[in-house]
Amino acid sequence: MKYVDEFRARDLAEKLARQIAREAQTGRDYHFMEFCGGHTHAIFRYGVQDLMPANVHFVHGPGCPVCVLPVRRLDDAVELAEKHGVILATYGDMMRVPGTKQRSLIRARADGADIRMIYSTQDALKIARANPDRQVVFFAIGFETTTPPTAVAILQAEAKGLENFSVFCNHVLTPSAIGHVLESPEVRDLGTVNIDGFLGPSHVSSVIGSQPYEFFAREFAKPVVIAGFEPLDVMQSVLMLVRQVNEGRAEVENEYTRVVTRDGNLKAQTLVSDVFELRESFEWRGLGTVPYSALRIRDAYAAFDAEKRFAISEKQSRETKSCECPAILRGAKKPTDCKLFGTVCTPDNPMGSCMVSSEGACAAYWTYGRFREQAAKRERVPA
Amino acid sequence: MCLAIPAKVTALEDGGMAVVALEGVKKRISVALVDGVAEGDYVLVHVGYALHKVSAEEAARTLALMAEAGILEEGLQEIAEGAS
Ligand code: SF4
Repeated sequence: MKYVDEFRARDLAEKLARQIAREAQTGRDYHFMEFCGGHTHAIFRYGVQDLMPANVHFVHGPGCPVCVLPVRRLDDAVELAEKHGVILATYGDMMRVPGTKQRSLIRARADGADIRMIYSTQDALKIARANPDRQVVFFAIGFETTTPPTAVAILQAEAKGLENFSVFCNHVLTPSAIGHVLESPEVRDLGTVNIDGFLGPSHVSSVIGSQPYEFFAREFAKPVVIAGFEPLDVMQSVLMLVRQVNEGRAEVENEYTRVVTRDGNLKAQTLVSDVFELRESFEWRGLGTVPYSALRIRDAYAAFDAEKRFAISEKQSRETKSCECPAILRGAKKPTDCKLFGTVCTPDNPMGSCMVSSEGACAAYWTYGRFREQAAKRERVPA
Repeated sequence: MCLAIPAKVTALEDGGMAVVALEGVKKRISVALVDGVAEGDYVLVHVGYALHKVSAEEAARTLALMAEAGILEEGLQEIAEGAS
């Protein structure tokens, strides 16, 4: 396939940048939260922040699935593999996230636990079929894009009578997390985090559609623009957000019409609601307990629910001391505010989840932002 | 793991599966989440599942961007690592 050049076009980006600078009113600041880790990655990779006028800021949100999983659930997965002797199948990103006392899945595996990295839930089913005398647990994490594949796997396991397969379900929901961020004390009372609007996620929205955001655009009076993940998409969306703020509008707009519709992928939604139901509450790293923000497996499929099949013990889980991931995920701190950033904590030796995944804010800062920020600091020092 | 990569469907198989071609790599994926997928369609592939159809132009555009950002390699590797 021949690659097209149009998105490399710096001049287009600069044109958009000039337009944003023209329309962003002096005398006020604009803070936009990009929810999705993919956007965080794109903003850093392309230096989009550098193209913005000084009064337009990005606030990094909690949309990195690996980052928001609380340590407790990771410790539970380690327990499943170590104490219950199951084959634990998991997406690669989870492997290096440190749990309590820095215990990650990769360490558990080195110590003899049977943990297998998979690309697709189809691989987990394959492992279950190939090991009929073993219990196989799929450690499921992720937002609305990753949930439908888990639903399909459970339905297939049921149809085929695959009795040694179950799912440790940690699927979470984007809209409730955004709502929760808006209700956090930092945003509502303390005013330490300002949010004037949201860049809505691209692929999550392709599944759930733009409609689920309408509630909080209305309720919290914050504009939402669903953005593609290309740099020009992000900039175009910022312009749309600036316009909404200027005009006092708070609507859901869709910049990514190439892929996202109002209703989303109805087939995927139906499969998900056949298999899953809302949890009354779920813990998120950084956000704490968020009501109705995650899914669990319906009773009809209880046979495939690892939380029902295995007695997972109560435990005291702890984050790495002085890791600031929780505050970073709320938008209240930046990676550079963390004492460990770039010294003790690097992508090769991550102390927290935000440094593990390439969508995490710490990893993005490290890879693309570290030197730039240091240079900026040096420039600010008077000669 | 949030990556979704556009790929061209080269063959439909039983059980809601299909074969896609991506930069010369052939991969079996599930099309259980999308209605009416036909040979020659482009689909966005995420963790081994087609999430939805995209136009050929959108596919080309996305691939170009991913290549430029250096994340296409990462995505392809992720796909290749999965037990096929
Ligand atoms: S730099 Fe490391 S320790 Fe600090 S907040 Fe980020 S992930 Fe946590």
